[in-house]
Amino acid sequence: MEHIFREVVESNGLLSAFVVVGLIMAFSFWISKIMHHRIPAVALAVFLGLVLALLGKKKGLSDLPMFGGLALLGGSMFRDFTIVATAMGADITKIKEAGLAGAVSLVVGVLLSFFLGAGMAWMLGYTDPKVMATLGAGACTYIVGPVTGGALGVSSDIMAMSVAIGLVKVIVTTLITPWVAHAIGLNNPKTAMVYGGLLGTTSGVTAGLAATDEKLVPYGALTSTFFTGLGCLLCPSVLYFVLVFLTTNP
Amino acid sequence: MKIYGTAWLAFCFLLGKTLGTLLGKSIGLESDVGGVGFAMLFLMIGQAYGSKMAWFTPETQSGIRFWSSIYIPVVVAMAASSNVHGALAGGFGAVILGVVVTLAAFSLVPLLSKLGK
Repeated sequence: MEHIFREVVESNGLLSAFVVVGLIMAFSFWISKIMHHRIPAVALAVFLGLVLALLGKKKGLSDLPMFGGLALLGGSMFRDFTIVATAMGADITKIKEAGLAGAVSLVVGVLLSFFLGAGMAWMLGYTDPKVMATLGAGACTYIVGPVTGGALGVSSDIMAMSVAIGLVKVIVTTLITPWVAHAIGLNNPKTAMVYGGLLGTTSGVTAGLAATDEKLVPYGALTSTFFTGLGCLLCPSVLYFVLVFLTTNP
Repeated sequence: MKIYGTAWLAFCFLLGKTLGTLLGKSIGLESDVGGVGFAMLFLMIGQAYGSKMAWFTPETQSGIRFWSSIYIPVVVAMAASSNVHGALAGGFGAVILGVVVTLAAFSLVPLLSKLGK
């Protein structure tokens, strides 16, 4: 009986994932309720997801056969599809109004992450500009890091570290957003677009906004979706050359 | 019918991804640049014009709204299948670097939000 149940759960991964996520959501809403909503239920659910991910390895909880479907439900296809669907409630005139600020924040976001990341790498003892550029790129997103490292030909442990930096950014963004939203005025579409452009990690930005105010998700997603592309374009080229110039002409 | 909405949403998604991949290729990248953003714009434009058309009924729209409401559960599934071990495996250096850069980006949000007022 138990064996059969396990087999059914494993061979219907996506549907099992619906049940698991439904239970996590229900549990989080219940905890949030008994805590008088001091912690937003969605933030709690996302946090719980991250904690459960520790039970697995590279793909988190979905590494366990019974929870394999989570990788599909939480994969990029469903994520991007549902993010696009949130645009249904977005106001196009508000996006036009915030267009300039959004675009500027994208450029500033990439520059800030790259140079601050590279500078900190230097302080930690990594003085090779190729390594500094790769770690700075990892501070943009966990995709920009390995793309830059691959282009510059750094060793695999530096590549892995750049991915780790990007993953830390995703997790910190996800967890901190609901707590600092009030302090940084993150309560309107324009600020959400600026926030998406500055942070740039689509996973972190959209998860953070979901836990803060669901209505802001499309605005943050809209700008952050361009960040990784811009980073992949600038980091291994122009920004790397600037870094070489800075390190050879102190 | 609800499927009209879902079909339209999926069509916008594919169109956006195609455009994003084309843009990526044109600047020499293998990845998709802004595909989700383009898809969102198509959906919003469609909504602005579509609301005057006969097929874009509330029933059709509910075929889009359902997926929009599934967004948060998807984020929870994403969190549960993320590489948290990988984030910690980079050691103290990776964690401190990631945290500082993220906090710095947060601190600029109020400043840049004032742009273009």
